[in-house]
Amino acid sequence: MTEATLFSGPHAHDAISLRRTMLLVILALLPATLFGVSIYGWPALNLLLVTVIACVVAEAACLRLAGKPVAIFLLDGSAALTGLLLAMTLPPWAPWWIGVTGALIAIVLGKQVFGGIGQNLFNPAMVARVALLVAFPLQMTTFVAPRPLSSAGAPDFLQGLTITFGGGFQVDAMSSATTLSYVKTELGRHTPLDAALAPVFNLMQHLAGFIPGSLGETSAVFVLLGGLFLLARRIITWHIPVAMLASLLLLATLLHGLHPDTFPGPLVHLVSGATLLGAFFIATDLVTSPVTAKGQLLFGAGCGALVYIIRTWASYPEGVAFAILLMNALTPLIDHYLRPRVYGRDRKGEPLVYDGQREQAE
Amino acid sequence: MKLFRIKGGIHPQDRKQLTAGKAIEDLPLPALLHIPLQQHIGSPAAPVVHRGELVRKGQLLAHSQGAISAPVHAPTSGRVMGVGNYPAHHASGLSVPTITLKPDGAERWVAGASPPADPFRLEPAEIATRVAAAGIVGMGGATFPSAVKLNLRTRYTLQTLVVNGAECEPYLTCDDRLMQEQAAEIIDGIRIMAYALGVENVVIGIENNKPAAQSAMQAAAQAYPEIRIARLPARYPMGSEKHLVQTLTGRETPARGLTADIGVVVHNVATAFAVHDALRHGRPLLSRVVTVSGGAIRTPNNLRVLIGTPVSDLLEYCGGYTSTPARLISGGPMMGQPLPGTRVPMVKGSNGILALTRKETGGDTAMPCIRCGSCVNACPCGLVPLEMASFIRSGNLEGAVGFGLLDCIACGSCAYVCPSNIRLVQYFNYARGELTARQRAEHRQTETRRLAEQRSLRIEKQKQARREALARRKSAANNRRAPAGVES
Repeated sequence: MTEATLFSGPHAHDAISLRRTMLLVILALLPATLFGVSIYGWPALNLLLVTVIACVVAEAACLRLAGKPVAIFLLDGSAALTGLLLAMTLPPWAPWWIGVTGALIAIVLGKQVFGGIGQNLFNPAMVARVALLVAFPLQMTTFVAPRPLSSAGAPDFLQGLTITFGGGFQVDAMSSATTLSYVKTELGRHTPLDAALAPVFNLMQHLAGFIPGSLGETSAVFVLLGGLFLLARRIITWHIPVAMLASLLLLATLLHGLHPDTFPGPLVHLVSGATLLGAFFIATDLVTSPVTAKGQLLFGAGCGALVYIIRTWASYPEGVAFAILLMNALTPLIDHYLRPRVYGRDRKGEPLVYDGQREQAE
Repeated sequence: MKLFRIKGGIHPQDRKQLTAGKAIEDLPLPALLHIPLQQHIGSPAAPVVHRGELVRKGQLLAHSQGAISAPVHAPTSGRVMGVGNYPAHHASGLSVPTITLKPDGAERWVAGASPPADPFRLEPAEIATRVAAAGIVGMGGATFPSAVKLNLRTRYTLQTLVVNGAECEPYLTCDDRLMQEQAAEIIDGIRIMAYALGVENVVIGIENNKPAAQSAMQAAAQAYPEIRIARLPARYPMGSEKHLVQTLTGRETPARGLTADIGVVVHNVATAFAVHDALRHGRPLLSRVVTVSGGAIRTPNNLRVLIGTPVSDLLEYCGGYTSTPARLISGGPMMGQPLPGTRVPMVKGSNGILALTRKETGGDTAMPCIRCGSCVNACPCGLVPLEMASFIRSGNLEGAVGFGLLDCIACGSCAYVCPSNIRLVQYFNYARGELTARQRAEHRQTETRRLAEQRSLRIEKQKQARREALARRKSAANNRRAPAGVES
C-alpha cells in the first residue's frame, strides 16, 4: 500500500479540481476577450496583459508574505481569472496604471486581506472596478469607438504602447460615449426615448459588440456563448443568470410599458453594458454567491432589480458592479436563512410525523 | 411502477463492467479460517467450542448474546486451532476475539439440522427464530441482525417489504450476479420474509444498469403477483435504505426513525438468499458472494467465499496485483473502508475487496473551500456540508450539529464532487466520534460526581450514627450514675 490507511471514503473522486474549474471559466471568457482585443486594438491587448500579470504578481507577493505555498495557489488560476475579469470591465484604452492599481485593489484588498481564495466576501474584480470608478472617474468613463486592428484609424503597435504606457490619447478627439451613458444624458435633457436611442442603439451592433464600451463586455453573443458553455460544463447552474436577467427584464418591460417615452425597454438593458457578463460570469462567482438553489434565485433576482434601479434612478449610468457588490454583502445572510430542508425533517428541523404512526410505535 | 425523485445524488463512474460478466466462482477451501465473534451490529457472540475440538460444517461456534446479536457457525468441518484474538476486518487493524479453524477438507455436515417441511406453515415468530439461529445479518454491509428486523411487525404496522437490489456502489457486482444466477432462490427467500413480516406488498428495487438481473428476477417473480420489480434510475446513493424507500413510496423516513415508521422494512437480496438457505435447507450462513475488483487486480471476479477466509486467498485466486495498489478497500469505493492488510478475514458484511490504483482513487491535495455549493447540490439529505466542515474545522461541533451533522449518512457524495478535494466525510466522522467521546466523558463525570456525593453522604451518616451512639452511651452512663428515683 502506498498510502496510510486510517481515512474515510470516498475512495474515488470526480475528475474535477479547482484548477480545472478556473481554467474552464477562463476558456469561456476567451471569445469575448479576443473579440474585444480585435476591435479595440493594441492598447486593449496591452491593458489586458498588464492587468493579468499585475494580478498574478500581486497574488504571488501576498502568498509569500502569508507564508503559503506560492506555486500551488498560483497554479489554481484564480488570480489570472480575476485579472482577466477586471480587464474585461475596464475602458479598453485606459492607461497601464489603471490596470495595475485595479489589480492591487482586487488581489490585495479584495481577496488576500480576507485570507485568500474562498474567503473573500466581495467579488475582487468588482471591488477593484468600483474603487477605480470612484477614484478615477475620468479615466474610467472614457470609452472609444471600435477601431478593428486592420482598419484605417486603428493605432499601430507603437501608437498602442503610447496610448497605454505614454501620455494616453487625445480624449476629446477620439472618445465616444457608451449607449447607457448617452441615453442617460439625453433622457436627463428630456429628450424622448426614441430620439435618445436613435443615434446609439442598433440591436445587431450590440449583439455583435461593435460599440463603444468596456474591453470584454460589448459582445452580447460571445459573452452569452461563454455563459452557455459554463452551464453545459456544470461550472455554474442556471439559477443566478436566469433570476438576474428575469428580474431586470421584468422591471424594464413593466416600466417601459407604463412610460414608453422615458424608460428604455428590456432589449436595451439586456444587450448594453455589463448585463450579460455580470449575469453569467460575475454574479455567479462561486465564492461570493449563495450555495443553495433557493438562495441563488433570491441573489440573482436582487442583482437584477438593483441593476435596474441604479441604471434608472441613480447617478451612474451602469449599475452591474454596484448591484453585485451589494448582493455579495447579503450572501452570508441568504445562506444563513435559506437552507435546504433536511431529509426526514420538516422546515423547522423537527422529525416528520405521518398520521400518528410514530406515536403508535412508541 | 411510479417512482419518486430523491434530492441530490451523483453519477460516479460505475466501473462495474470489470466484473459484471463474471459468473460466481467458488473459492477453493482455504488452509485456515479466522471467524470473528462479532460480525454484526450488537453484542459479540460467546464461544461454545474450545481449542482442539473437532467441529462439523454448520456447527455452532459461538452463540448470540442479548437481544441484538448473531451467532457464528463453522463454515466447514475441521479442528478449532484456537479461540483468541486476531486482526479485525476493519480499518483500525485492531485484534478482536476470533475462532481459528483448520479445515479437514471432509466437509462433514453437522447432524440434526432439519429444515421445516413448509416454512409457510410455521408461526411467523418461528421463522424469525430460525433466521436468528442461522446467524443471518444484513448482507448489504450494514450487518444488522436480520431476525430483529423480521420481528418488527410486533411493534409497527407494516405494509411493504422492500428488497434492496440497487447495488449503487461502483465496482460491486455480487448482488447483480446473485440475482442473475439464483433468482428463484432469492424470490423464495423474499416470500418467506414477507410471510414472516405479514406484509402483502413486496417491491424489489434494481438499478437500470443491471438489465439482466432485472429480467431474471422478473421471470422468477412471474408467478407471484404480490411481488413487483422496480426499475430504478442508476444514481448514487440509491441503495441507501431511506432513499430507496423514498424513491419507491415518495415518503421520507422521519429523522432518527426507522423505515418501519412508514410501514416499510428493507432487506438486501443476499439476505433473502441466506434466508432461503436457512429455511429450505437448514443451512446457517456460512459463505457469501464478494466482488474482487479494481485496477490493480489481475483478473477481477465474483467469488463465493467461506466466512473467515483471509483476504489474501481471494487476491491470490484473482491472480494477485498487476501493480501496487494505492488503497485496499473493503466494500465499495464510496462508503467502503480501507483495510490495513491482506491477512484479515472475510466477514458476513463484506461485499467487495477492491485494490485501487492511484488513478482510480483520484483527488489531489485539498485546497481551500470556494463555497461553490457542489456539495449542497450533491447531498441527498439536504445538508450543507461546507458549513458543517467549516464549523468542525473551527472546533464548533455543536454548530455542525445545527447544520445536520447527525442526519448525515456518510454516503460521500459531497466529497466526491468537491472541486477543492476536501475530505468532507473525514471531518464528519471525526466530529461524530468526538461528540460521542465527549458525551461519554460527560456521562462519566456526572456519574463520578454522583458517586462521590453519595459516598460523602454515607460517610456523614456513619459519623452521625457514631456521634448519636456515643451520645446515647454517655447519657446512659450518666443515668446509671444518677439517683434511681429521678427517672420515674
